[in-house]
Amino acid sequence: MSVLEQIERAHLLGRGGAAFPTATKWRAVANRSRGNAVIVVNGAEGEPRSQKDRLVMVTKPDLVLDGAFVAARELRANRVILYIGERHTEARAAMLRALNMRPERERRLVTVSHAPARYVAGAEAAAIHFLNDGIATPTNLPPYPFESGVGGAPTLVQNVETLMRVALLARGLPAGGTMVTLAGAVARPGVLEVDPQTTVGEAIVTAGGMSEAPRAILVGGYFGRWLDTQDAWAVPLAHGQGLGCAVIGVLPASRCAICDVAGIMRYLASESSAQCGPCFFGLRALADACTRIAADASKPDDLTRLHRWASEVRGRGACKHPDGAAIFLSSALQVFAREFANHAPHDMRQTA
Amino acid sequence: MSRPLTLSVDRIRCDGRGMCAELLPELVRLDDWGYPILAPGPIPDHLLAHAQRAVDSCPVLAIALRRAEGKL
Amino acid sequence: MSDAILWYTSRGAGAVTLILLSSVVVLGVLGTQRVHSPSWPRFLTTGLHSNLALMTLVFLSLHIVTAVVDPFTNLGWAAAFIPFDSNYRTFWLGLGVVAFELLLAIVATSLVRGFIGRRSWRAIHWLTYAAWPVGVAHGMGTGSDTWSAWMLGITSACVAAVAVAVLLRITSGSRDPLAAPRTSFRAAVDRRPPR
Repeated sequence: MSVLEQIERAHLLGRGGAAFPTATKWRAVANRSRGNAVIVVNGAEGEPRSQKDRLVMVTKPDLVLDGAFVAARELRANRVILYIGERHTEARAAMLRALNMRPERERRLVTVSHAPARYVAGAEAAAIHFLNDGIATPTNLPPYPFESGVGGAPTLVQNVETLMRVALLARGLPAGGTMVTLAGAVARPGVLEVDPQTTVGEAIVTAGGMSEAPRAILVGGYFGRWLDTQDAWAVPLAHGQGLGCAVIGVLPASRCAICDVAGIMRYLASESSAQCGPCFFGLRALADACTRIAADASKPDDLTRLHRWASEVRGRGACKHPDGAAIFLSSALQVFAREFANHAPHDMRQTA
Repeated sequence: MSRPLTLSVDRIRCDGRGMCAELLPELVRLDDWGYPILAPGPIPDHLLAHAQRAVDSCPVLAIALRRAEGKL
Repeated sequence: MSDAILWYTSRGAGAVTLILLSSVVVLGVLGTQRVHSPSWPRFLTTGLHSNLALMTLVFLSLHIVTAVVDPFTNLGWAAAFIPFDSNYRTFWLGLGVVAFELLLAIVATSLVRGFIGRRSWRAIHWLTYAAWPVGVAHGMGTGSDTWSAWMLGITSACVAAVAVAVLLRITSGSRDPLAAPRTSFRAAVDRRPPR
């Protein structure tokens, strides 16, 4: 059985946040490759709270490279590019050390690229734009990477954790589970590898349980959604069900939810590449309105506008950044409805 | 029966000039910052000529007519 | 008698061309400034700009044809298309031919804008800032009426209008509200080696 068939049988989903079926991606590139395909090993990890990709690169760089070269063979690629976040020095060092121990015929395919430390720089289109033109801004799709990517060639952009799982499959081992980053009010924040179908609650327990009484849980990081603690508890940590980059954030009841949501919205707004009006102005307006509610008492107009802007911004950018922010905010409006309606001014200077 | 035509906007090229909304108000309205919100679905036959005019009028050629499942 | 009609028509059409071309330039600048109001929609600026540009070509053609066909002028068709080919006021007439051909290129590229793409279209369109002054110079140098009161008045008004418009264009920054944030984000993720 070829590696592609193994990946298909295992129903492997991408670990970069989109949870796209890996086999489908590979087939699309394989069908178009004329021996010129490009493999981009995506270790950009721009999501602020996520650490799993760095951990994979530091602890299992040989497996990541295995996966990359398996892909290169299977898709008939003549280039492998390590696209590692410019600030992830430890991860890059580990990957380069592992690369140096590979045979010459593999090493000569590889170049290393330092991904700018911005949120959108890890998105596929932005990565390819960077590798082509040196600027990590998202571009219009189509053309899709599998049609025309780096140097116009069919390109596979694959997350480092996904490539690690491919390597395991290629060795005849099970792909394994999912790596999640636990953050916020948990006793032992950090990265966990969990079996498939482990729930959010089980993962939190494994991380030592919650360190304080919780208000809500953010499933999927800034590109994910808020859930009430009891709703989140039974959610399985399965990619393909909105897990995103697999950051699980526990918000304690002691923190002001509105202030935290406003802070994250300000971050997401500032990470817009300002190429599309609806994203740049829409996210800024959403962040400003949240901040106003956080600083002042909320007005009924603010809430109406928040709902309207959040729905208007979706699908009107060239990339999915505004959509992610809108989904994040819509879930916050739902879960923290009470707080949004009744927020009273208080000291905003709580640490992030 | 040919595939229906829809409107599509290049969101990066679009810089909120607003000609499209003036010439095709039935299908295009502007958000709070002057950027177009398109009505989804195929363009009704009686609006096709207006849609073409809206497409031709865009100073930055950001709006286009597309076949529903692919490019025009 | 009919010859005089051709002569006067040519001069009149030339004056009208000057007025129309100046209006077209002013409207073009207004378009970049995104001016609009409930009673002046955006498409009015661009629509008038395009339509008056076509009208300009009509009157310009009339101006050229009547001048060439007029037996008094001894201008052959070559003089209308090859700059500086005529014997009559060679330099100033030649300027007119230059302006005419620039305008032809500008209008032709605008008509096929969808096919040639925005970059090429824009590059040629910048030639407007050459075509207009060259046309005005042609009129003043070749024209028989240049120093008559009415022609002076028309020319001054056109020059003033275009000068104000160009000044406005130069002094106003980009009207694209995303220009500044887009540039600064781009700079933040730009890792191209400096030249």
